Amino acid sequence: MVSFTLNGRSVSIEADPKAPLLWVIRDIVGLTGTKYGCGAGFCGACTVHIDGRAQRSCRVPVSAVEGAKVVTIEGLSADSSHPLQKAWVSEEVPQCGYCQSGQIMKAAELLASNPTPTRQQIVTHMDSNICRCGTYNRIIAAIQRASKEG
Amino acid sequence: MTMTLKAPAISRRNVLAGIGGMTFSFAFGTDGTHILPPARAATESAHMSPWVRIAPDGRITILTVTEMGQGSGTSIPLMIAEEMDADWDKVALEWAPSKPESYGWPDRAGNRVMTVTGSRAVMMYWNDLRTAGAQVRKVLIANAAEHWGVDPGTLKTGPSVVIDPASSRRLSYGEIAVFGKVPATLPNVDKSELKQPKDFRLIGRSVPRRDLSLKVNGTAQYSIDVKLPGMVYASALHSPVHGNSPESWNDADIKTMPGVIATVKLPGGVGVVAETFVQAMAARRALKVVWSKGKGDSFDSTRTLEAYATIHSDPAAAVKVVDSKGDATAALTSAAKVYKAEYRSDYTYHAQMEPLNAVARFNETGDKIEVWDGSQDLGRSRDLIAKALGFSPEQVDVHQCYLGGGFGRRSLADYAVEAALLARATKQPVKLVWTREEDIAHGMFRPITFQCLEAAVDAAGKVAGWRHCVVGDDGGLSLITGGMRISSYYALPNQYLELRNVDHNVRIKHWRAVAHNFNLFAIEAMVDEIAADQGLDPIEFRLQRMSITPKARRCVETVAKMADWTAKRPEGRALGFAISERSGSLGACIVEASIDRRAGVIRVHKVWVVADGGIIVQPAAAKANVESGIVYGLSSALQERVTVREGAVEQSNFDDYSVMRMSDMPEEMAVAFIDSDASPTGLGEISTPCIAPAIANAFHKLTGKRLYHMPFTPERVLATLKA
Repeated sequence: MVSFTLNGRSVSIEADPKAPLLWVIRDIVGLTGTKYGCGAGFCGACTVHIDGRAQRSCRVPVSAVEGAKVVTIEGLSADSSHPLQKAWVSEEVPQCGYCQSGQIMKAAELLASNPTPTRQQIVTHMDSNICRCGTYNRIIAAIQRASKEG
Repeated sequence: MTMTLKAPAISRRNVLAGIGGMTFSFAFGTDGTHILPPARAATESAHMSPWVRIAPDGRITILTVTEMGQGSGTSIPLMIAEEMDADWDKVALEWAPSKPESYGWPDRAGNRVMTVTGSRAVMMYWNDLRTAGAQVRKVLIANAAEHWGVDPGTLKTGPSVVIDPASSRRLSYGEIAVFGKVPATLPNVDKSELKQPKDFRLIGRSVPRRDLSLKVNGTAQYSIDVKLPGMVYASALHSPVHGNSPESWNDADIKTMPGVIATVKLPGGVGVVAETFVQAMAARRALKVVWSKGKGDSFDSTRTLEAYATIHSDPAAAVKVVDSKGDATAALTSAAKVYKAEYRSDYTYHAQMEPLNAVARFNETGDKIEVWDGSQDLGRSRDLIAKALGFSPEQVDVHQCYLGGGFGRRSLADYAVEAALLARATKQPVKLVWTREEDIAHGMFRPITFQCLEAAVDAAGKVAGWRHCVVGDDGGLSLITGGMRISSYYALPNQYLELRNVDHNVRIKHWRAVAHNFNLFAIEAMVDEIAADQGLDPIEFRLQRMSITPKARRCVETVAKMADWTAKRPEGRALGFAISERSGSLGACIVEASIDRRAGVIRVHKVWVVADGGIIVQPAAAKANVESGIVYGLSSALQERVTVREGAVEQSNFDDYSVMRMSDMPEEMAVAFIDSDASPTGLGEISTPCIAPAIANAFHKLTGKRLYHMPFTPERVLATLKA
């Protein structure tokens, strides 16, 4: 049994302690906004926040989040009202959309620690997240917009 | 606006029978689109489902097909809504079912298909769906006219409302749906009755894509997100060498692993089914399979590509003429100067972000199956699953899901067929997910090619003759011959295009812009080489010496102006130019690039693309799609390379298969469309194939040297600089 806080709610889950957090969130809890992309930490599609840090949930065994606060895209806001989510729509960022939960979670980590990042700081921070549709420049624009509009 | 997965318990017949209001079902016959009255549609529920429903409260439901981020999932219902004059805010979208007979567009053989490839969805559905929308409008007007006792010819429509200008009376579409009847014989719509572009309210107005809001909060449903009661999880391991099959494996060991339910022999692989996906992945990793031997065991992509040149020079090699006009041989013989160059390209992998997966469930009697698939071709998914199961198409229902990227990979359903076979073997609903490693190892790649181009320049300095030979595996699908034809932009009088086909034991497939990628690289790099030798600016050379068509000239001149082609560039940077062509569209592209000469890394700073794609249904979405095509082209030009050794793919994940990341991006991408009233043509791939030649041409401007082998990896760049 592993117990942690998921999107503000306490959960206790019966799972193989070695099972990656990604699959526990998706298949046991049933929150599917967090995506499987590579299973090896290369692409960032599975990015969630663990105690405020953006982490690759495909590489984190569920036992490692005992007592931690985990936030997924579903928990970023109740109604898509996070400034990044609004900016993502305004800049028409998503195409296939599959990587975007991870992109937004990664960007949210940046803005939490640096509310007014430079373009270079955005690129450096976001470089580990792949978007195969190539929406990167719109992601930059959306982060800048969210930074401005708060 | 949520696109929900189909609720499997409710049959469409019930939906049809139970819904209030008016239902319009279009049956697409080979003679075009017409509407079937609801009574007939209800009796034909196996084939029919409504494209359009109007509820008494004014809500309108319109069906749509595949959405993989390119935007046509919104454009397609938008075309219906435009002609029926629907209030778009009242329109909800639903996925069309897997019935290409009803929901397809006509292919060359006259069959209806739901194929969404080659960036052609809007182009192919344009006529039928606009006509269908206009028919709905006519029926609504006729009902209002009868209600008011006036001549239908005097009535007009506004967004979801019929208006009688004489009396200022209005009836909303919802009000009409309360009493309206869909007649047995439906009105014909002549092309002249369709809206003129100036009257469009929705088309060309950048109506936002409906899927955007679902893709910022995790609610867009991909097939990998489907969860059914009692569902079990599967993964698969395929033979590393394509064509070989499993002879035996450590079955007893695998079956003792936690959660493992079954192992299943698949065509070319082994499926493992378990209670959780984590357990299925563990079982897959533990599989030790003895594979059969086959002719692909010794295949080596590098050595094979090296040998292609000898096939080109072999007079005994089989030749297929792709196109020929005039007398290219005579033009070359009598030329003032002949140019000749050879080009090569490597295998590339789709690398769509959502690894291939599908969910399958049989009914209790085992004679019907439902499959959830993010498909680029729902009809083909249905047919391939039916074939594999020995079913008729009517026994298969494939539910569309959002696609986590397609790029050509998701039109063949090989993974969905496997999910169906696993569900049959285990008698349980199964979700099959290929691991990323499997997705690459068992990928279907853009083929390797060798190309030889020869051009004849006459005494006036004009290109008079053109010869293009491509060597490689065409797969019977124009996988390497597409994009050889230049006549839509260079109307050269004497052309000879040939294929020297080689069959390999490597899975190959359409890959965004397909053969245009390497063919346009060769063509446009070659033209640049001639221009430089002739001492002319590459754009001027094209405008003066290449028999350029008026449509292409407009693109070229527009992009040259946009990029300020003749202006001085920052130190260490240069511009490269290339024309583009794909799916009926023409384009022109300029890149501004620099080189890190020590590392051999080419950096593209700015990209300008102009495209002539006819009427642009959703300009904002189209612009995003063209930007995406640019990035795919950059990735293909600079980074992407699959190699096969001893029959097996050498790459295994995103660490060794490199794609564009944010730090590789140009700081600026400018996209513009030529104003046009012509019918729409494809836009999702127009910006992909011109990137590599534009970069190669900028490289020449910077270094005086030419790149002949895609991708332009640092090793190749360094070798070229050193040569």
